Amino acid sequence: MFFQKDIETMPRKQLEELQLERLKWTVDYCYKNVPFYTKKLDEAGVTADKIKSLEDIRYIPPTTKADLRDNYPFGLFAKPMKEIVRIHASSGTTGKPTVVGYTKHDLDIWSDCMARICTAAGATSDDIVQISFGYGMFTGALGLHYGLEKIGATVIPNSSGNTEKALMYMRDFGTTALVATPSYALYMCETAKSLEYPMSDYKLKLGLFGSEGCTPEMRTQIENGWGLFATDNYGMSELMGPGVSGECRERNGLHFNEDFFLPEIVDSETLEAKPEGEYGELLVTTLTKEGIPLLRYRTRDITKLTYEPCKCGRTHARMEKVQGRSDDMLKIRGVNIFPSQIESVLISIDQVSPHYQLVVRREGFADTLEVQVELVDSSLLDSYGKIQQLQKDIGRKIQTVLGIQCKISIVEHGTIERFVGKAKRVVDLRKENK
Amino acid sequence: MTPVKQISVFVENKHGKLSSVARYLADGGVSIRAMCMADTTDFGIFRLLVSDYEKAEKVLKAAGITCSVTEVLVVEIEDTPGAFADAMAVLADNHISLEYAYAFLTPTIGKAYIIIRVEDNIGAAKILTDNGIKIVSQEEIV
Ligand SMILES: [Zn+2]
Repeated sequence: MFFQKDIETMPRKQLEELQLERLKWTVDYCYKNVPFYTKKLDEAGVTADKIKSLEDIRYIPPTTKADLRDNYPFGLFAKPMKEIVRIHASSGTTGKPTVVGYTKHDLDIWSDCMARICTAAGATSDDIVQISFGYGMFTGALGLHYGLEKIGATVIPNSSGNTEKALMYMRDFGTTALVATPSYALYMCETAKSLEYPMSDYKLKLGLFGSEGCTPEMRTQIENGWGLFATDNYGMSELMGPGVSGECRERNGLHFNEDFFLPEIVDSETLEAKPEGEYGELLVTTLTKEGIPLLRYRTRDITKLTYEPCKCGRTHARMEKVQGRSDDMLKIRGVNIFPSQIESVLISIDQVSPHYQLVVRREGFADTLEVQVELVDSSLLDSYGKIQQLQKDIGRKIQTVLGIQCKISIVEHGTIERFVGKAKRVVDLRKENK
Repeated sequence: MTPVKQISVFVENKHGKLSSVARYLADGGVSIRAMCMADTTDFGIFRLLVSDYEKAEKVLKAAGITCSVTEVLVVEIEDTPGAFADAMAVLADNHISLEYAYAFLTPTIGKAYIIIRVEDNIGAAKILTDNGIKIVSQEEIV
């Protein structure tokens, strides 16, 4: 199923011509309307005329999240507020939030992007979709909301929070599709199982998950728990919100909406382009955005791209699931570690829950990693030996995957925080000592 | 010679945890008959014999506390010097190893109860009774 078949299956040559034309437009538009870019492009000696091919994008200096923050709140907007019809902001864990603005045209494109992704995932006008992202300044909920309305699905703007009430709506309204973060979908499933209603009271068949990473093991748990087909979608508020890319039913990568977003994969340290199929940091240039156009935005997400045509017929590039964030990446005793690697180990161990927390410390001159996991198998309570054996087993499995030793702490079930938005799994205490 | 049900609760070594477990039991009208708490460096297991183990399990699970019910043997001995040593000697002579043990006194009848956890409850109970040592039943605990 396609929402805009002619664009989604456009021959690559034609698509690349469209991208080049739009890239030139964006460079020119940024230069003329955003003083920050005027200065930046002048310094780099780049003008729209200098962009002769898509590869020439490498001459353009990248944009970072810090640039958005430094220009808080509206410094990077290319349109006067009169033409901005919506503001969103992403909560900053450090300092000011990053603020984005949309023109009417931007919102139309956003809902088209979302409609394409929801349709590719299998949603139709027959679906009753419950949105369990928090509404408000966060882009997730409204992004999916408008896209789903556009394809004619019935939207329940349930938002996040009261899980038992959300489950009641799911049973009583016959909800067929769920929009949530994977960890919240899993938490909802745990909660549903603890209630007196049988799982057959729930009619979910499709999951539209995003906003945080999901390992294959976690996805399997969610699918088995709910009996649904899980799909991933990707985006970020700086670029627009969700809707940048998403999985089709083949689930062999997330199709980029390449006519609106131009992706590149680069080495996160040197910013040199990586060959197709190699992992690196994803940079994205918006191709039509009016409110806040961005050139080579550094997403900090580590992934890879393939331009091979997909079995579904779509020609737009596919990105692999995000492996981790270049700034979430922990360097412990010289080894690069992504929390997702640890998650994939934990999810394969039945005696503990998939919720976890990582604590990194500096003891003397060595970095130490502590992995806190929740015990769920109460049959182990009979003896210390069994719990200590479990600790040892987890430690050994993680060491096999990461190549470093870590301390495993077993904590009580329910004590690790459940996240509705992006999960914050890492507490790095090394930074406090600097 | 029936084994007695014991409640085991997982506790992190955190402030106030034991008191909250005890409070949930008290609020549920469950009395604690015997208890033992031992810990390693970062977690502990709180073991209890209670007046109503089914209720205790229900109350704790409803409070989201990880707990389980396991079977243990409760051995009755005289509250006199040497009685404990004799009972333990019977186990040792028969090569029965203890996973853990704890004890409580019953001042009214002048007896001591030892709670023991062994691999084979039925086998150990038979050996102990054959040697004239009494095994206490669930009903006697209540
Ligand atoms: Zn596809």
